[in-house]
Amino acid sequence: MQLDSRDGDRFETFTRRAAILALGTTGIFTGLAARMYYLQVVESTQYKMLAEENRVNRRLLTPLRGRILDRFGVDLAANRQNLRVVLVPEQTKDIDATLDALTKIVVVPESYRRRVKRAAARQARFIPVTVMENLSWEEFARINVRSPDLPGIHPEVGKARDYPYSDRLAHVIGYVAKPSDGDMKGDKDPLLQLPEFRIGKSGLEKTLDKNLRGRAGASHVEVNAYGRVIRELSRAEGQPGEDLSLTLDMEIQNFVYRRLEGQSAAVVVMDVKNGDIISIASAPAFDPNAFNKGLSQSEWDGLRNNKFKPLINKTIAGLYSPGSTFKTITALTALKSELVDPNERVFCGGKTRLGRREFHCWKKRGHGWMDMHNGIKNSCNVYFFDLARKIGIDQIYEMATQFGLGQTYDIGIPGEKPGLVPSNGWKQAVRGEPWVGGDTFNTAIGQGFLLTTPLQLAVMAARIANGKEAVSPRLVRSIGAKTETKDEKVKSLPIDPAWMSLVQQGMIAVMNEPGGTAFGSRLRGKGLSMAGKTGTVQVSRISRQERADGVVKNEDKPWERRDHGWFIGFGPIDNPRYAISVLVEHGGGGSKAAAPVARDIMREVLTRDPASLSNREVAVMTSLSQEEGGS
Amino acid sequence: MSYTYGPGGREIPIFQKLREFNWSFVFLICVIGSIGVAMLYSTAQGNMEPWASRQLIRFIIGLCVLFVVAMVDIRVWMSLAYPAYVITLAMLIGVEFAGVEGKGAQRWLDLGLFRVQPSEVMKIALVLALARYIHGQTFPDMSRIRKLVPALVLVAIPVAFVLRQPDLGTSLLLLVGSGMMLFLAGVSWRIVGVAGATAVGAAVVGWQFLKEYQKQRVLTFMSPESDPMGAGYHILQSKIALGSGGVFGKGYLQGTQSQLNFLPEKHTDFIFTMYSEEFGLMGGIVLLGLYFVLLAYGFYFSYHCRNHFGRLVCTGVMATFLLYIVINVAMVMGLLPVVGVPLPLVSYGGTAMMTLMFGFGLVMSVWVHREIEIPLTSKGMF
Repeated sequence: MQLDSRDGDRFETFTRRAAILALGTTGIFTGLAARMYYLQVVESTQYKMLAEENRVNRRLLTPLRGRILDRFGVDLAANRQNLRVVLVPEQTKDIDATLDALTKIVVVPESYRRRVKRAAARQARFIPVTVMENLSWEEFARINVRSPDLPGIHPEVGKARDYPYSDRLAHVIGYVAKPSDGDMKGDKDPLLQLPEFRIGKSGLEKTLDKNLRGRAGASHVEVNAYGRVIRELSRAEGQPGEDLSLTLDMEIQNFVYRRLEGQSAAVVVMDVKNGDIISIASAPAFDPNAFNKGLSQSEWDGLRNNKFKPLINKTIAGLYSPGSTFKTITALTALKSELVDPNERVFCGGKTRLGRREFHCWKKRGHGWMDMHNGIKNSCNVYFFDLARKIGIDQIYEMATQFGLGQTYDIGIPGEKPGLVPSNGWKQAVRGEPWVGGDTFNTAIGQGFLLTTPLQLAVMAARIANGKEAVSPRLVRSIGAKTETKDEKVKSLPIDPAWMSLVQQGMIAVMNEPGGTAFGSRLRGKGLSMAGKTGTVQVSRISRQERADGVVKNEDKPWERRDHGWFIGFGPIDNPRYAISVLVEHGGGGSKAAAPVARDIMREVLTRDPASLSNREVAVMTSLSQEEGGS
Repeated sequence: MSYTYGPGGREIPIFQKLREFNWSFVFLICVIGSIGVAMLYSTAQGNMEPWASRQLIRFIIGLCVLFVVAMVDIRVWMSLAYPAYVITLAMLIGVEFAGVEGKGAQRWLDLGLFRVQPSEVMKIALVLALARYIHGQTFPDMSRIRKLVPALVLVAIPVAFVLRQPDLGTSLLLLVGSGMMLFLAGVSWRIVGVAGATAVGAAVVGWQFLKEYQKQRVLTFMSPESDPMGAGYHILQSKIALGSGGVFGKGYLQGTQSQLNFLPEKHTDFIFTMYSEEFGLMGGIVLLGLYFVLLAYGFYFSYHCRNHFGRLVCTGVMATFLLYIVINVAMVMGLLPVVGVPLPLVSYGGTAMMTLMFGFGLVMSVWVHREIEIPLTSKGMF
């Protein structure tokens, strides 16, 4: 056979061009192989990493937050079970029908239903959506029993922060809440990203948040492209937060709050030997559990507009003139200056003069002849004005500072205020005016520029009671296994025991000698005794006119203009163990408003004191023999 | 050895045909087809259902089709070229009115018994029709515009309809495949140059007429990393899966990216990625090598064919096959935009498998009947 000549041309061209195409094909295949080499060999490491990132999802496990315990191990802040139900949208055909069925067991509010449906529409259908939280055990059990009829509904046990004592520790422990954007900016701990994580927002929860928080665990899970977990690859449990042990006695704390009910007040009870705070209470307070769950606007407004200011921790952030409680410091300053003989008597006619200014005693008719003992016992202003003539402000300043005023203690609660002990230099620097004698007069009776907190006055009372050591307050006894020790050694008080005793005796007289300003509130009972000093702080200046008309009784004034009542004290009177400071805002005078509160609390404290329980009989004997031997 | 069966003359006896049959070519197809079934088994996380078993059945039916088509005299196919083209074109137009939607494009035609994708069938029908037309032209005629116009019309009509579905990938495939056939037919270099320039111009103009998703595909291809969770997701995930396979791969059924569904369309367009993730560079090169040998067979067959029609059908089918492979593999490796072209013999898909086996049947028919000469003016068997 022979080929058509024309077909021969076609065949030749065809063959040539087929060769070109074959060559091109070879080139293209080589190119594809080269690309494959590039991706699978040259860039392989990078793609392997990306593949692993794709595949493995690291999930943080929320650590259990550390508990907060009182001195006897009672839970003050704990993690309770949070019984909740979640809905997995992909497991039910009809979310509405499922929720309807659930409503027959527990009522699901309409707003919850909307939220669940919104969440279900937004995220992948296998991600659980929380329907209800904080269910009762009974509700939870009923849902468990009925769960076969509730497709997609899963009862779950989670953890939530719980404050069993509600408002009674609100100012001490504070509360936790979801981290804000600001929290997340400042703190890069990945835990903050977790939806169930809570951060300390106030109180000890805030200050010691890092200790309480613990370390996150991690679970590495293999996920598919939709984020569904296929299996767990590895799991590292985190470390739970450290427990805090406080110096508080919850029984006392409870008693204090019950006693302060209906008043705007603050109480601090301290151990005068080691500074342990037995109770620190600012009333009224708020329920921290409500903050944890989220507060409604009306609840928030209610707290903010309350005239008793429940949101302010008055024990450390409330600043008040110390009033007559400060006379103890004035007396000590005078004794130390050695310009004053405590037995020297001063006549009180109800007022005294400094230059052209008149200074009044609280008792209009005057106290008559007063020595130091009676001056303290009667809280006679004129007597202390007389001391003020002899001593200078800088000596008072020094003494006040030694007894703990004008400084903070960092007991662990944020917002502590230092207050103010005025001095010559301070007035010059801040006011631009020289210190004058009238300023010393005012300071000597605890008025004027002086500003103190209930905590500071408790420290002052504790140091007076202790007499030898400048004890500092302590609230956190241990963090985790570590006992909190103070950095610096306890300083000794450079006060002659004889002077100390004079002031203590004066305070004993206030409560225990007829005529003492708090004699009406004296503490009686087997082995129970206490001493103290009242204080009254005028909220508004008494004008000349008012004084001429006769001072208006406190009860007749509007609440906001009534005097603040102070009381500081210690007990028992021999070998003192506990110091107390009580402030009752606008409660009237210290002897009427604060002293009874202090007495009731001290009775409770002393009764509960294990030492006083075992040594009850001994204590009684000692106090009796002293009474017999005393003047 | 030569055959003396003249034009329109007697048929080759069936036993002789079977003896001429190239069994190694069929074996190669079976090897690649098995790889496909194995990968579909892996895609379903080690299950025959839903893809591997059906693919296997289709493949066996496809082999039967291959045999039957190969046994039919090449001149019969020549006679059927134009009717087949007209019928396929009719189906393609039918899709316009009675098409079934699939993935946002009208591509399917429900014929009661089964559903077909006319655009797939057209790939073979166009090869036949174009070969039939070119066969009847003298060599100098192939460089005459007057004689080229009917060929261009043959190509343009189906391309226009496929483009309307819209199916950019298939229409480009038809266009380039036909171009290759015309190139082999001996169109003068001058015309080839002009056509090349026109193609570039058309691409620029055609851009304006693309649908938004088509434009997006092209843009995404340019920089997939710019939108990793959106439009660039497919290409990026494909590169991650493929690249993480490394030299020897992660092992059969062990491809994490594919098994965990990070890889989209892994049973169809992205099956090569999955294969490369599990078998690595080595596996990839083996598969490309198998394809390359299969293509070489095609060129070998056409070289030994004594009739122009057979040569053109053989190269036409193989060119389409080549384009499939190149576009798909280049696509999953991020060298071309995602256009939705399956990997021949491996990707899951009924019509594509049947079309391809039919095409291979034609190629085999060309080989079996290679010694038959067909005069320029012949119309085939009838």
